[in-house]
Amino acid sequence: MPPLPLPPAVPISWYLTLSALLFSLGIAGFLFRRSIITVFMSIELMLNAVNLSFVTFSYKLKQVDGHIFSFFVMVVAAAEAAVGLAIILTVFKNRQTLEIDELDSLKN
Amino acid sequence: MDALLFMLFAAIAVVCGINLVIQTHPISSALSLVGVMAALAALYLLLGGEFIAAAQLVVYAGAVMVLFVFVIMLLNAGTERKVKKNPWSQYAGIPMLLLFLGIVAWLVQQMFPYTETVSFGGFTKGGPLEIGRALFTTYLLPFEVTSVLILIAILGAIVLARKEID
Repeated sequence: MPPLPLPPAVPISWYLTLSALLFSLGIAGFLFRRSIITVFMSIELMLNAVNLSFVTFSYKLKQVDGHIFSFFVMVVAAAEAAVGLAIILTVFKNRQTLEIDELDSLKN
Repeated sequence: MDALLFMLFAAIAVVCGINLVIQTHPISSALSLVGVMAALAALYLLLGGEFIAAAQLVVYAGAVMVLFVFVIMLLNAGTERKVKKNPWSQYAGIPMLLLFLGIVAWLVQQMFPYTETVSFGGFTKGGPLEIGRALFTTYLLPFEVTSVLILIAILGAIVLARKEID
C-alpha cells in the first residue's frame, strides 16, 4: 500500500474548511432536530466551530488576540448554557414536553 | 506528522459532529459533542493555543457538558418522536447546506494559498503568560464586563429554576 499523499505541513485553509464543516453540521442539527436539548447542543457546536477559526487566524497573524476572543466566546457560552438550561427546565415544568414543535403558543 | 495528527483529530471531530446530528437520543448527542470538543482541544494544541486548549477541556468538555448531561438526566429526556416533515425542507435542506459549505470552502481556498501552512511550534505565544497579559492590559474592560455578565447569568438561572414560594 503506497503512503497517503499528505503534504508535509497542513495548509491554513484546511483548518478553516474544517471550521466551516463543523458550523454547517451545527446548522443542520439546529434545523433538523426536534428535541430542544439537541437544538441547544447544535448551537454549542457552532460556537466551537467559530472558536476554531478564531484560533487559526490567531496563528496566521501571529497575535494572541484571537485566543482572547475565543476565551470570551467560551465565557458567553457557559453563561448561555446556564440560563438556557434553566429556561428548558421551566418550559418542561410548565408544558411537560421537550419537542420544539409543541411549543407554539406564540403562533397566531 | 503534523498532517497525520490534523487528519486524525479532524476526522474525530467530523464523525462526532455527524453523530451529534443523526442521533435521536439526546444523551448520545451529548457524548458526541464531548468528542468534538476534545478533538478541537487537540487541534488548538497543534495551533499553539495551550491555554485555550486547557480551557476548552475544563470549561466546555467538563463544566458545560456536565450541565447538559445533568439536565438530560433530570428531565429523563427520551428518544425523539418521528414527525412528518415538510417535503420542501426534507429535500432542499441538505443540498443548500452543501452549497453553503462549498462556497465557504472555495472562498477560503481562494483567500489562503497552499503555501501558508501550520506547523507545530510556529506560534508560541498562546501560553497563560501572554493570554493573561493581554487580558489585563488591552482587554481589561471587556474582562470586567464579563464578570457582570456572569453575575446576571447566575441571577437569571436562579430566578428561572427556583420553586415558586407563596
